[in-house]
Amino acid sequence: MILVVAEQRAGALNRASWEAVACAQQLAAGEPIAVLVAGGGDAARQLAEAGVGEVLALEDAALASYTPDAQVAAVAGAVSQTTPSVVIMAHTYQARDYAPRLAARLRVPLVADVIGVKGSGSGATFLRPMFQGKLVAEVAPQGTGPAIVTCQIGAFRADAVAKGAPATVRRLSVTLDAASRQTVEPPFQEARQAVDLGQAERIVAVGRGIKAQDQIPVAEKLAAAMGAEIAASRPICDNGWLPMDRQVGSSGQTVAPKLYVALGISGAIQHLVGMKGARTIVAINKDPDAPIFEVADYGIVGDLFDIVPAMTAEIEKQSH
Amino acid sequence: MKIAVCIKQVPTREWQPRLTDDRTWIREADASFEMNEPDAYALEEALRLREKHGGEVVVCSAGAARVQQVIREALARGADRGIHVDDAGLGAADGFMVASALAHAMRDEAFDLVLTGLQSDDQGHAQTGVALAELLGIPHSTIIMDVEVSDGRVRVKRELEGGWFQWVSMPTPALLTIQSGINQLRYATLKGIMAAKKKEIRSVAPPAGLTPGLKIVGLALPSKSKQTAMIAGPPAQAAAELVRRLREEARVL
Repeated sequence: MILVVAEQRAGALNRASWEAVACAQQLAAGEPIAVLVAGGGDAARQLAEAGVGEVLALEDAALASYTPDAQVAAVAGAVSQTTPSVVIMAHTYQARDYAPRLAARLRVPLVADVIGVKGSGSGATFLRPMFQGKLVAEVAPQGTGPAIVTCQIGAFRADAVAKGAPATVRRLSVTLDAASRQTVEPPFQEARQAVDLGQAERIVAVGRGIKAQDQIPVAEKLAAAMGAEIAASRPICDNGWLPMDRQVGSSGQTVAPKLYVALGISGAIQHLVGMKGARTIVAINKDPDAPIFEVADYGIVGDLFDIVPAMTAEIEKQSH
Repeated sequence: MKIAVCIKQVPTREWQPRLTDDRTWIREADASFEMNEPDAYALEEALRLREKHGGEVVVCSAGAARVQQVIREALARGADRGIHVDDAGLGAADGFMVASALAHAMRDEAFDLVLTGLQSDDQGHAQTGVALAELLGIPHSTIIMDVEVSDGRVRVKRELEGGWFQWVSMPTPALLTIQSGINQLRYATLKGIMAAKKKEIRSVAPPAGLTPGLKIVGLALPSKSKQTAMIAGPPAQAAAELVRRLREEARVL
C-alpha cells in the first residue's frame, strides 16, 4: 500500500495534496493507495468523494493546529500501523517542517523535492533537482523501510488524478504520548489583502512591459474575460502598481494554474520558479530572446497593447 | 547563551557543472567553493543574538579538509570557535548522514540554540537541520524570519506559504532553520581575519557506521521540457489564433 499524506488547514484541503495523489498513482502500478489526513473534517470528506483510495482520518485535538512535534508523532504512528511501501506528500512548507524529523525518527530515507518517478513499486527511482537546478539527480532510496517522498509543487498534475467510486473514511487513532513542545499563534499576513493565487485555475500576470500603472486595466480586462486572477512580477509590486499579495515568484507566491499568461514579463529565474509548474504557459513579449519563451507553450512576439485587447475581444465574442 | 551555527561549503553560484566519469557526482577538483548562502544568514543571526544576549557562537561543518575555509571565514566574521567533522565522503552524503555526523560532534556541547540555513545550494535536501534536531532530541522550527529569545524560551516568526507567517514558541535548547533575507549580512574586517587565525578549530572524526539513505545513481543536465509554438502574424490575427489554440488544443479556456 502507498500512503499519501494530505495537508489541510482549517478543513480546507491543500491543492498540492492532489499532486501527491497523482505521484502515488504513477508509482502504484496496481498497488492500493490510502490517503491520510490529520484533522479530518471536510478535507477527509473531499478525498473520500474523489475515490482515490481509502481515506484514513487522524482525529486528535492535538492535531487541530499544526505543530511539527504532534504531526511527527501522529504520522509516525500511522505509518507503523499501516506499514506502507512508500509515503508520499507534497513538498510544502509544512512537509519541509516535519518530514525530515519523521524520516529521522523512523530511520527511513527521505527523497525531497521530487520532480519525476522512474519505474514503479519498491524498485522505483526518483528525479530531483540539485545544484539549484543546474543538474537533475536520479536517486535510489536505500534500506528496507518505506521511503518518504515529497513532490515539488507543480511537478505532478492534480488534474491527472484518476478518480473512482467514493471511498469510506476510516478513523485511525494514534497515541500522542508527549505534549507538543511548540505552541503556535494564529497565522497572519503582512500584505493588505489575502489572495491565494496557488488555488487559481487561470492567471494573467504582468511585468515591466506594462509600463505604467494606468495600463494595468488592459491586463485586468483580459483576466476578467478569461475568468483569471491578476498577478505580477516583483517590480510591479515593488512599484505599488499591484498589491504585494499579487506577486508570483520566489519572494511571492508559487502557482500551478491550468493557464498562465505572462504579459511583458522577461522571465527572470526568480519569477520562473514561481510559475513554471503551470500546465499551459503563454508569453507575450516584445523581446524575442526573453527567457520567458523558454518555458512557454505558446508565444507571441509583439506589442502587448495591440495583442491583449484583441485577445479580450476574441474571447468575449465567442462566449456570447 | 551558547549558540551553534551549522554551515555547509558548496560550489559557487558561477560554477559550471562537470561530472565524474561514472556521472554520479561532480568533479570537486574542478569546482570552487563558498559558504552556503542561507547558512550565512544563520551565522549573522547568531552573531546578532550574541551581541544582544552575550555568550558564544560556535561554527560546525562536516566534510573534507577544504571546509575549514568556510569555518575560518565564519570565525573572521565574528564566530568564537569552530568544530570540523573531518570526512571527505560527507560532501556527497545525504542530509541524515550529515546530521548524524554533526550530532556526534555537537551532542556534548549542550548548545542552547542551534541555527542553520533552510537548505543548501548544492544538494538542496533541506533536511540536515530538522534531522539534527531529532538526533539531538530538541524542538525545532523552520524557515524563520525573526528570532526573540527570553528566559529559556524562543519565539520565532515562521514563514508559511503565500505571504502568511506565524509566531511559534518553544523551550530552549531548540534548533531553527533560517530563511535568507532575515537580516543584512556583515563581511569580515581585516581585524576579524587576523583574529580568526588564532581561534580554535576542533577536528572530530565522524561516527562509525554511517550508512547512506539515498544513493545518487545518475546526474544529468536538465532537459528542456517544452517546445514553444510561436504564433506570428498581425496582432488581431495572432490573438485570434492564440485564443483558438488555447480553446481547442490546450483546452484551458
